[in-house]
Amino acid sequence: MSGHQFQAAPVIPVTPRSSYFGPIVVDPMTRIEGHLRLEVEVENGKVKNAWSISQLYRGLETILKGRDPRDAQHFTQRACGVCTYVHALASTRCLDDAVGVDIPENARIIRNLVLATQTFTDHLIHFYVLHALDWVDVTSALQADPVKAARIAGNISPRPTKAEDLKAVQDRLTAFVNQGQLGIFTNAYFLGGHPAYYLPPEVNLIATAHYLEALRLQIKATRAMAVFGGKVPHTQFTISGGVTCYDALRPERIEEYRSLYKESREFIEQVYIPDLLAVASYYKDWAGIGGCTNYLACGEFPQVEKDINSLWYPQGVIMNRDLVGVRDFNPAAIYEHVAASWYEGTEARHPSEGVTEPKYTGLEDKERYSWSKAPRYYNEPMEVGPLAQVLVAYAKGQPEVKAAVDLVLNHLGVGADALHSTLGRTAARGIHALTIVQKTEVWLDELAENVKKGDTKLAENHEMPDVAEGVGFCDAPRGFLSHWIKIKGGKIENFQLVVPSTWNLGPRCANGKLGPMEEALINTPIADPKRPVELLRTVHSFDPCIACGVHVIDSKTNEVHEFKIL
Amino acid sequence: MKFSLGLAREGAMERLASQGVSRRDFMKFCAAVAAVMGMEASFAKQVEAALTDPRRPSVVYFHFAECTGCTMAVVRTVNPYIDELILDTISLDFMKTLMAAAGNAAKAALEQAVTSPYGYIAVAEGAIPVKDNGIYGMSGGQTMLDTAKKYLPKAQAVIAIGDCASFGGVQAAAPNPTQAMGVNELMKHLGLPTQAINIAGCPPHPYNFVGTVVHLLTKGMPELDGLNRPKMFYGESVHDLCERWHHFSNYELAPSFDSEEAKKGWCLFEVGCKGMFVDNNCPKIKYNQTNWCVQAGHPCIGCSEPNFWDKMKPFYERIF
Repeated sequence: MSGHQFQAAPVIPVTPRSSYFGPIVVDPMTRIEGHLRLEVEVENGKVKNAWSISQLYRGLETILKGRDPRDAQHFTQRACGVCTYVHALASTRCLDDAVGVDIPENARIIRNLVLATQTFTDHLIHFYVLHALDWVDVTSALQADPVKAARIAGNISPRPTKAEDLKAVQDRLTAFVNQGQLGIFTNAYFLGGHPAYYLPPEVNLIATAHYLEALRLQIKATRAMAVFGGKVPHTQFTISGGVTCYDALRPERIEEYRSLYKESREFIEQVYIPDLLAVASYYKDWAGIGGCTNYLACGEFPQVEKDINSLWYPQGVIMNRDLVGVRDFNPAAIYEHVAASWYEGTEARHPSEGVTEPKYTGLEDKERYSWSKAPRYYNEPMEVGPLAQVLVAYAKGQPEVKAAVDLVLNHLGVGADALHSTLGRTAARGIHALTIVQKTEVWLDELAENVKKGDTKLAENHEMPDVAEGVGFCDAPRGFLSHWIKIKGGKIENFQLVVPSTWNLGPRCANGKLGPMEEALINTPIADPKRPVELLRTVHSFDPCIACGVHVIDSKTNEVHEFKIL
Repeated sequence: MKFSLGLAREGAMERLASQGVSRRDFMKFCAAVAAVMGMEASFAKQVEAALTDPRRPSVVYFHFAECTGCTMAVVRTVNPYIDELILDTISLDFMKTLMAAAGNAAKAALEQAVTSPYGYIAVAEGAIPVKDNGIYGMSGGQTMLDTAKKYLPKAQAVIAIGDCASFGGVQAAAPNPTQAMGVNELMKHLGLPTQAINIAGCPPHPYNFVGTVVHLLTKGMPELDGLNRPKMFYGESVHDLCERWHHFSNYELAPSFDSEEAKKGWCLFEVGCKGMFVDNNCPKIKYNQTNWCVQAGHPCIGCSEPNFWDKMKPFYERIF
């Protein structure tokens, strides 16, 4: 972090609110991955009830049945092309587990390096490309004084900002607006002014300039990933038993990664985090809006493969926001509910027990209303993702995470309670990115050192067993991901995915408890029901990935499959 | 060479000159774009015209049953960059991933674009589920099936980006639970004459997509192969272009991923490479400007071929 103090920190604004009564439907939800419809009921300008509606069913798990288990990673990776790689990794770990292969040390490091790169890249893309326009009014940036804006930028970041560069961005946008074709800004909620946007024009200009810069920077961050991964999205270098990217072990390739990495790290440290703090300091009211209650993290970045105690970001469970009593995660306590989903039946089942037949009822149905299932942990909805990952690490005293969290809280002059919110979720994503990007170089050095010593082993051969089962976890950028495989006759008998967005964006469960995002939306103030940017803020703070979240399990049998739990 | 043309294209050359970019430099850039597209140097003139035409052509981008991987490939285009593409070259009037508006405001933006007298180019990402009247995929209160039916035939041109929109993709793999179809199969199914250009790949290389867009804007329809893919990008096989081809011709085949031969970068045919049955330019263009699957030591799975999910499986076994 820069060490530069951000001073503006205005008084906490009063969130504007209308006196509207009635429904609001947001469909299509934009700036997310996938197809989400949101319906809320508003009373006196505040959300009273919410329905999160996943609108796509693809049936990937049905398609996987009977195939070669090694092929699964390529299918599952197509669950999502935004948080790409994480499904390939979860499937590969799942198969490593099933076939009982131990991967070489360098393969572990490279898998971690690619996941780290995916994570910080994904987070910075989310902040600028998917989330920023909820907070930043691009048209207000046109009114800014570039000299004043450059001064503010210089105060919040160690990176020098020239007024003429900001002026050039302003000129470019002014010309764009004057030309009359607004493209991606057509009908934006901020056009013509919106009472829920309250950044000063100068901060809007800084953020807009960085939005455009981030569009370029993410290309390089992704390129770093591809040095190992072959291509992005949809990396192609993992195999059960290790990885295949011998070419990336050449010193010039490691240095290519390092140079792209360094540029990304500088951007995160000197642009993303300062921007996050600057924007957050004006929207402190959002530290009291949009919170959830329980959190689940499966932990990530094994320092010893398959050793849960070696995870650099620890696993854990937080109930009722109790950061003192953080518990160990128990995979046996996961149940997927379908009572409010477009599937037959009402019984909640462990992910390893395949069932359920699609049964669409219609958009007007408020009892069954989503293609997503509703995973619960000991019957409770759990938030997953960066806020869960950061809170668990913070609660467990993980030193790097604790330091970063304390820094952010001190900058904003708020306590840890503020993290249970929309703003906290967005800040946690930045903390997650920052801590991971700062650790990445340590792992890169380890790899370079091993290669220098002549260790170029990347893969371990193995046989495909006739019968086996396994599970692979990955604490992806969007949170807790698990893949479950059952092999029979050397083929996939059953394959299950329980993905972050079913946890966060799933519907109600059999007990009528709202999904985490639905819960988070309750009491959200709405200033203008025709332009409900407040809903977007909380929805986007979860970084939804709906294609991931829509899945179905075995549609034919009611057979109960036993899975071994790691 | 890096520069921005600015947004209002009237007086583009004057503004370039004020940035210190000479017409000669600009024409070099246009020639580079032409070269990327595999065109003659004289084609640079048409690139120039497209880049300086005052009204940016409207592009409407639909997401059907997909993973957004193609979108994420496109936002990594470098020639031009994505900000240049959407601010300077085209008017991206509807695209769920990037657009500021949501809900009814987004639907209104779509309606405005598709009713504009200037017309629009439609891009489709993802397959369209047809089973049970399309209820397995909905957006904006209507099925993807209805959206495709309503907006694709009216477009000046339709580009199907990625394997899903081109050929059905992963959700259409056996047993295709939702009867998902690519655009051209759907149009045939509906008895409509619309023909999409297929930019195959999972994801496709953004060059192949952006190059096609620029071709459409400057020269009209590119020459297509039998699968409606532009020949300029899909005219040669991955195998023929592969940097490991000489290993293949010397029978230097890696027997496994942990072998010394794999470390030495030998041909991956024995461990499942399908490159000889795949037409694409990945070895030449490279993904993310730096790498591609075989260079990363992994066999080609044939991701730009129709129904590769079933035809190329199992991915790690020799094909014959």
